Amino acid sequence: MRFLPHTPEQIQLMLMVVGADSLESLFSSIPEECRRLQDMNLPDALSEWALNRYMDALSASLAVSPDYKIFIGAGRYDHYIPATVSALKSRSEFLTAYTPYQPEISQGTLQAIYEYQTLAARLMGVDVVTASHYDGATALSESLLMAIRKTRRKRVAISSLIHPFYRRVLQTYLEPAGFEILDLPFLENGLTDLSLLEGTTDIAAVALQSPNFFGCIEELKTASKKAHEMGALFVAGFTEALAYGLLKSPGSQGADIVFGEGQSLGIPISFGGPGLGMLGCTSEHTRNLPGRLVGKAKDLDGKNGFVLTLATREQHIRREKATSNICSNNSHCALTAAMYMASLGKSGFCNLAKLNHDKAAYLCRQFSDAGFRIPFSSPFFNEFVVEFPKGFETRYQSLLEKKIVAGLPLSTFYSKLANHYLFCVTETVSRKDMDALIQEVKS
Amino acid sequence: MTEPLGASGLILNEKLLWEKGRKGRSGFSMPESDVPSSPLPMELVGDGPDFPDLSEVDVVRHYTRLSTWNFGVDTGLYPLGSCTMKYNPKTNERQAGLSGFSGSHPMLPESLCQGALKLMADLERFLAEITGMDAVSLQPAAGAHGELAGMLVIHAWFKKKGNSRSKIIIPDTAHGTNPASAALCGYIPVQVHTGAEGILAPETIAAVMDEETAGIMVTNPNTLGLFENHLKTISEIVHAKGGLVYADGANMNAVMGIADMGRIGVDVLHLNLHKTFSTPHGGGGPGAGPVCVKKYLKPFLPVPRIIQKDSGQYALSEDFPESIGKLLAFHGHFGVLVRAYSYILSMGAEGLKKASQLAVLNANYLKEQLKDTFHLAYDRPCMHECVFSDRYQQEYNVTTLDIAKRLMDYGYHPPTIYFPLVVHGALMMEPTETESKEDLDQYIDTLKKIAVEAKETPDVLRSAPTRCKVRRLDETAAARKPCLAG
Ligand SMILES: Cc1ncc(COP(=O)(O)O)c(C=O)c1O
Repeated sequence: MRFLPHTPEQIQLMLMVVGADSLESLFSSIPEECRRLQDMNLPDALSEWALNRYMDALSASLAVSPDYKIFIGAGRYDHYIPATVSALKSRSEFLTAYTPYQPEISQGTLQAIYEYQTLAARLMGVDVVTASHYDGATALSESLLMAIRKTRRKRVAISSLIHPFYRRVLQTYLEPAGFEILDLPFLENGLTDLSLLEGTTDIAAVALQSPNFFGCIEELKTASKKAHEMGALFVAGFTEALAYGLLKSPGSQGADIVFGEGQSLGIPISFGGPGLGMLGCTSEHTRNLPGRLVGKAKDLDGKNGFVLTLATREQHIRREKATSNICSNNSHCALTAAMYMASLGKSGFCNLAKLNHDKAAYLCRQFSDAGFRIPFSSPFFNEFVVEFPKGFETRYQSLLEKKIVAGLPLSTFYSKLANHYLFCVTETVSRKDMDALIQEVKS
Repeated sequence: MTEPLGASGLILNEKLLWEKGRKGRSGFSMPESDVPSSPLPMELVGDGPDFPDLSEVDVVRHYTRLSTWNFGVDTGLYPLGSCTMKYNPKTNERQAGLSGFSGSHPMLPESLCQGALKLMADLERFLAEITGMDAVSLQPAAGAHGELAGMLVIHAWFKKKGNSRSKIIIPDTAHGTNPASAALCGYIPVQVHTGAEGILAPETIAAVMDEETAGIMVTNPNTLGLFENHLKTISEIVHAKGGLVYADGANMNAVMGIADMGRIGVDVLHLNLHKTFSTPHGGGGPGAGPVCVKKYLKPFLPVPRIIQKDSGQYALSEDFPESIGKLLAFHGHFGVLVRAYSYILSMGAEGLKKASQLAVLNANYLKEQLKDTFHLAYDRPCMHECVFSDRYQQEYNVTTLDIAKRLMDYGYHPPTIYFPLVVHGALMMEPTETESKEDLDQYIDTLKKIAVEAKETPDVLRSAPTRCKVRRLDETAAARKPCLAG
């Protein structure tokens, strides 16, 4: 086996040193009752070349763009990834290192993550961003646990236009410990209805997503004011980070804690994971943050460097009293995101966001001009909802055969929204593809 | 001693990203617009994030320079105990990068993603086979996330029985994630002490296990690198009081093809794919922490579950009303799962067993060769790792930290230090199976040389490292006045 360097002679020499007769006898202290009765039943080992053939075939069976025209976003977005990002992130000095516990030998990771924290903080409009979380959904969950710790209240209010899967994850995190969730319904314009908040006083946090699951841009400032009047924290987040090349940042609109998914920042979709959980806050809440943080430090000679810091919040020091159980995070995805943000720069990022919006707006207008109803009137970014006449389902199925995925049916997530489909357009979709879609849907 | 590995080379300085930018540069090939402009209402539009504008070359040089300040498994021996820093095969990266795997959307109709579902269904089966458990969910994103999943399963099981319990037994050798994960489910950890042999004694557990206690969370092999020989008896004690046994399987690399966790009486177990199954650690993640359970706990696993229909087609099913729910927005860290799958297919059953045997051989070899030089906490045959301490060096006022830092000057990543907490001044070394005898011998020579230095020139250790990008950093000052963004 090419990953195992030992020759039979070396194995014999080493066994002699350790005083064992055979490799099996290294395990002689393990009681019989703990052992396997049979060898593992796994497929025979494949050569590198046989594995390639097998994996090529398996991978080729999957529907991906550009072969398929896929108009689905809903938390995972198809964006171009520069070759530089793919090449640089693959450098094995980054890829094959672990958490930078030993800073002197990990300055590459540490500076890169410090830079990620900085760029992400600028994007989200907050003072501090953690070194990463697993994904947007766990970042949301950790945000609300933070708010619960901070306010000592046990109930949180959540927009029903936060990604439905994020809300399910939140439920998993909050319910066993006895915390409650109040769902805020949505209005006819596709924005969150805050009226349920009137008169409540025991809410730890109000959480919104913007652009929300329908793509609509929420009025964060209004929600923030309401939350703060109730003594609650305001938590705002996103699934599409690119939106903030165009929109006012959540922090600037009054969010105390900001969560998000950073997959759009140069990370492949990869069937939904790994992504990048982004979590930040105003400096007032720094010591309540879960997860790793990189900070600036000086070495013995006064030279600048970086270290993992504020570790007393974390599980390896505080054990059950830690702010979270997270240990390994999604550092390599944060590194990738930093490379992507650096490659685009402010100008590139803003221009790309604008291009994405223009494209989505174009398709939305085409649908509308073709006589389809656009049920939500609020301004949107990248995603929007179309209502089709009854029976569109059949058409949807026949379009799949033509390698077109005409949006995401919403009725599984919102039972009232039969025949409503969520569409997504990014820079990777051409006008030609959009025009072809409209032709197909119309005919 | 042969020529040491560590040498001095040219280390380039590199500014922070935003100290380099010049407005008007770009490192991105902007696609041309083929649609009319469509401005958003002005009141929604912000100034855009203040990112520096860099050229492509700026970006490439920046990260290439940064990377040279890092040490990875590809650079050299990385004996970081408890982390299984084995070689990460390049073929895994190739497979995960295939356009079908890397481009597949998680919300596509099932008919369009059969290949991804098949891969996951296969991997679940392989992991069940390797551990001796009955069912697996690949959703957890890391080891600690797998622990949370497992504790939630236990919580849900008791809830269904209308029998909620408040405590969980956790040994003092446990990783910090164990108590923290248990606490997220509202359990109060009851700490028990490891016996003189470095493993748990059944009496210790019998003394605390009661009907208020949900069970035990035990790492096997444990963080001292020892197999918990009494675990079967301990499971019986826990089960007799109606409790469940959670095994932290982060150290499975020691016992593939050898131990059967199911037979031992383990009810729930998590694996770390980024340890045992060779997926890269990425500077801190992403990993994956599949959770494996016995049959009777299967209904509680996270949804969606992958099922196979009579037609042979795979599907995602939410129809598990007792499930703990979702732990991650989508289906787990699929990109990591592809790598682990590729590893298992490359190794086969024999290869995996051999990997465990050689991991254990390497650790025992290291232990035997170094036990006269450094104090060995438990002088017994070990599994995948061994734990020394700085006891012999204390008379020279040299600490574990000094030894660790000096190793860097010689071209090694230090071992895990000051963990597990039960060994004062711990130096926890896990060589893994992918290190050759020659490389281990050179590492052993180096450590022996450091021990001599500790006696003769202790200041050399105290002022180490001197050959890295920076010297020792003042972590206390950094935490007192944190600067977390530029
Ligand atoms: C024994 C043990 N358990 C659990 C964990 C947590 O795993 P992760 O860092 O993937 O969350 C680790 C490693 O960090 C470990 O060594």
